[in-house]
Amino acid sequence: MDATSPSWSQDLHRVLKTSGVRQMAYVPDAGHTALINLFHADPDVTCNVLTTEEEGIAIAAGAWLGGQRTVLLMQSSGVGNCINMLSLPVIMRAPLLMLVTMRGEWAEFNPWQVPMSQATEKSLNAVGVRTMRANSTDEIADIVGAAAVEAYEADQQIAVLMSQRLIGAKKW
Amino acid sequence: MVTGTTGNQLDRRAVVAALLADRSDLLVVSGLGSSTYDANAAGDHDANFYLWGAMGSAALIGLGLAQAQPKRRVLVVTGDGEQLMGLGGLATIAISVPKNLTIAVIDNGHFGETGMQRSHTGHGLDIAAVAAACGFAKTATLTDLDQVNEARKSFGALDSGPQLFVIKVRAENVARSLPPRDAVFLKNRFRAQLGFQPS
Repeated sequence: MDATSPSWSQDLHRVLKTSGVRQMAYVPDAGHTALINLFHADPDVTCNVLTTEEEGIAIAAGAWLGGQRTVLLMQSSGVGNCINMLSLPVIMRAPLLMLVTMRGEWAEFNPWQVPMSQATEKSLNAVGVRTMRANSTDEIADIVGAAAVEAYEADQQIAVLMSQRLIGAKKW
Repeated sequence: MVTGTTGNQLDRRAVVAALLADRSDLLVVSGLGSSTYDANAAGDHDANFYLWGAMGSAALIGLGLAQAQPKRRVLVVTGDGEQLMGLGGLATIAISVPKNLTIAVIDNGHFGETGMQRSHTGHGLDIAAVAAACGFAKTATLTDLDQVNEARKSFGALDSGPQLFVIKVRAENVARSLPPRDAVFLKNRFRAQLGFQPS
């Protein structure tokens, strides 16, 4: 196995492909590195790197208007940038699947990550986005697969919060 | 006094009517506020998706749509204030190179919905220059209707984008022309004309 592409990232890529994802948009996080690389290497998926996370919410809504499914990758600090834009998928009942790597909750060296980390799930829920939590690499693919069904088949707005323990604390 | 709005002479309704004339299979996203009213005033259409919120999203909705429908032409009609809130999105759009996407910024130099406060373009900011610096394939600032009609012809090509036109219009509140604001209805109607059924 390639050390830069752990098996759980490969599982996520496979699950999302099986779910019919055709667009992927992201602001990078170290925990998403392998998955970002897998999507960039995938000729059937259009990838957009963003200047700020809320751009991805709008791209996903437009993609769905045009018949394509999108997955968004970001870290927890980016959720705070998205809040008003999330009114878009909520009010138009468009599929939304966000994979959020959590910072500021497990062996976190940088205290600046903590406030938004603490607010991530509450603010998503407050604006109408449901959250599912993945705590280990063993369960992440199953959870994302279930979230994808709810998003793409049932028009739900779902964020999967990937715990910092799962990703591993950032090395300084 | 020289201000950033001295060149704003066009009637916004006439501009948007010209942009949407003979629209054929054009897919249209309109930004919240006056742009949405202008698009409706030009004639409600199943291929219009009107925004009533999510300020800053219009051009990026256009990007996602253009990427999903590369064989269709996509036009975003939005205001200077709405585009200014998504200024970073111009960078994202430029590097994504959606060849079938055109953005028309209806620029009155003001936030027209909230009391006509002067916007950044009213202070001289040039959104077309920003888009050009980001790497848009074509950008221009249009100040008369002949230029608008000429630009309109370029929407017919699928390989000319992304392009952005700033169109200078008068800062005035015209009678509101209100399209439906039920976003689920608008979504389903828009998707249906592309052949997608409601879930």
